[in-house]
Amino acid sequence: MAVSQTLPIYWVVFATRFKTLLQYRAAAVAGVTTQIFWGSVKLMIFGAFYANAVTAPPMSFQEVVVYVWLGQVLLALLPWNIDGDFNEMFRSGSVAYELLRPLDLYVFWYARILAFRTAPTLLRMVPGLIFAMLILPLLGLEEWQLHPPETFIAGFLFFCSMLVTLLLSCTLTIFITGIMFWTIESRGALSLTTGFVAILSGMVIPLPLFPEWLQPFLNWQPFRGLCDVPYRIYSGNIPPDMAIAEIGLQIGWVLMLLVLSYTMFRIARTKLVVQGG
Amino acid sequence: MAFISVEGLCKDFRVAQRREGLRGAFTNLVHRRHQVVSALKEVSFEIQNGELVGYIGPNGAGKSTTIKILAGILVPSSGTCTVGNLVPWKSRVQHVARIGVVFGQRTQLWWDLPVIESFELLKSIYRIEAKQFKRNVEMYTELLDLSSFINTPVRQLSLGQRMRCDFVAALLHSPEILFLDEPTIGLDAVSKLSIREFIKTLNDQQRVTVLLTTHDLDDIEALCNRVIVINHGRVLLDSSLQELRRSYGNQRHVIVDLHAKASILPEHQAHVVSDESTRITFEVHEDVPNFISEITRNYDVHDLLVTPPPIEEVIASLYESLEDGS
Repeated sequence: MAVSQTLPIYWVVFATRFKTLLQYRAAAVAGVTTQIFWGSVKLMIFGAFYANAVTAPPMSFQEVVVYVWLGQVLLALLPWNIDGDFNEMFRSGSVAYELLRPLDLYVFWYARILAFRTAPTLLRMVPGLIFAMLILPLLGLEEWQLHPPETFIAGFLFFCSMLVTLLLSCTLTIFITGIMFWTIESRGALSLTTGFVAILSGMVIPLPLFPEWLQPFLNWQPFRGLCDVPYRIYSGNIPPDMAIAEIGLQIGWVLMLLVLSYTMFRIARTKLVVQGG
Repeated sequence: MAFISVEGLCKDFRVAQRREGLRGAFTNLVHRRHQVVSALKEVSFEIQNGELVGYIGPNGAGKSTTIKILAGILVPSSGTCTVGNLVPWKSRVQHVARIGVVFGQRTQLWWDLPVIESFELLKSIYRIEAKQFKRNVEMYTELLDLSSFINTPVRQLSLGQRMRCDFVAALLHSPEILFLDEPTIGLDAVSKLSIREFIKTLNDQQRVTVLLTTHDLDDIEALCNRVIVINHGRVLLDSSLQELRRSYGNQRHVIVDLHAKASILPEHQAHVVSDESTRITFEVHEDVPNFISEITRNYDVHDLLVTPPPIEEVIASLYESLEDGS
């Protein structure tokens, strides 16, 4: 079957899940509130550090502000959870029905995961952005305000980088989902990866603020593409001429993880055990 | 070559064994014991196009495993099988486009969506042409009487309603083969009848090949011309229904309700299966009418029921006789 023929099917799968997920408004409100709270707390802490810095930090405070707010606003995009549907499917054994569809299981699930990553993010992004860009200056907190990228080219490269980030996140998510073929439960794999993701992406502390001797390692690991690369392109910390190479590295990691997770699904097929009758 | 041909199919599962107690729990963390369970051992059979075959056996016999391999879900440990010239697990995507599967214990409908929207989704997934889709939905909605709840979300349906919808969902893409895994499990008498009627119609009029697993001997009697009996992963018997009935079906259980507790006469003692106060169950092998008249003459009978023996017993006796023979 040609890809062009089957593409509309995966689009339907994506759209259905997307529409369903847009209904979770209460979760979105709770998410936005937490994110605004955490963003403010982090900026207070970084503000205190910057006010008392003995040597000049490797990032300006304004760049940290961008890093923190984008991290909060785009939190739902990080591969820190998986669709509850998959947990249920593996636990009850209805994963069998998924294999009865005339679709490639990997692409089929990738379409759903794409919806799972984008719908909640879009729901939460807008109120968070309004707060960080428009409400903060009204509260007299201009130094915490999130400004648009300084140049159009930075904005455009940020957008390109975010598209790769989305794929990177979805690929990591499908990888974690695939682990369930062996473990059935996802909690173990998730609690392991959440820690890695939070620290190595730059979510907890911006990566440039880590000690110098860690930088070579931090620069080459895949999780960096989730936050560090796009956020620093946005703030101009990574200038446009270097951004292209960084996006290239991001794409490299996506390709590698795609091959890895697809192979994992192939192996899982032959080992599959269906729970319960 | 036969439409469905299964040859020497084996499937082994590795099952982790847990040790007991707190100490065992810690030992498990370091070293796990595995046991290999053979769900299927050299299963072979052939099914021709248009047949309606009953696949029976007790819990854990290997019925569902066979169905799942034939449906392309599981990959066997060894052995081969082809369904219409395709090997299910090798050409899964092509294969599943021409089969329909109903698992009685699960649903393939989307829980939160109205029934018709689930159908619409399947239409896209199976790339069903608009004309064919419309025709099938109309025909099956009528046949199974879905019209009153076709716009209701699946989670609000009763089991019988949901089951009927699941049948339609499995047939929207006009499959040539239908695998049914305990399709009448948990259903009331009326729903069972309508499902049976429906399966029969499909097989008769649309020439759909059906492989059906069930615990319900009535399903088999009402539907199948041919039965394959399996236990402990081996095919015990593959014959026509008449043959099965001839060898094992003379046996009947006669359940008698008495007005008051009575002692059982010595000449009937040999037949007693169970004796619970005023309810006595007899097992009778021949001349059931004569036995019944004897009972009604000798006891103060309040009510009386004649049933075929449960399928587990038929298979148990079949298994014993086959083991004795070998």
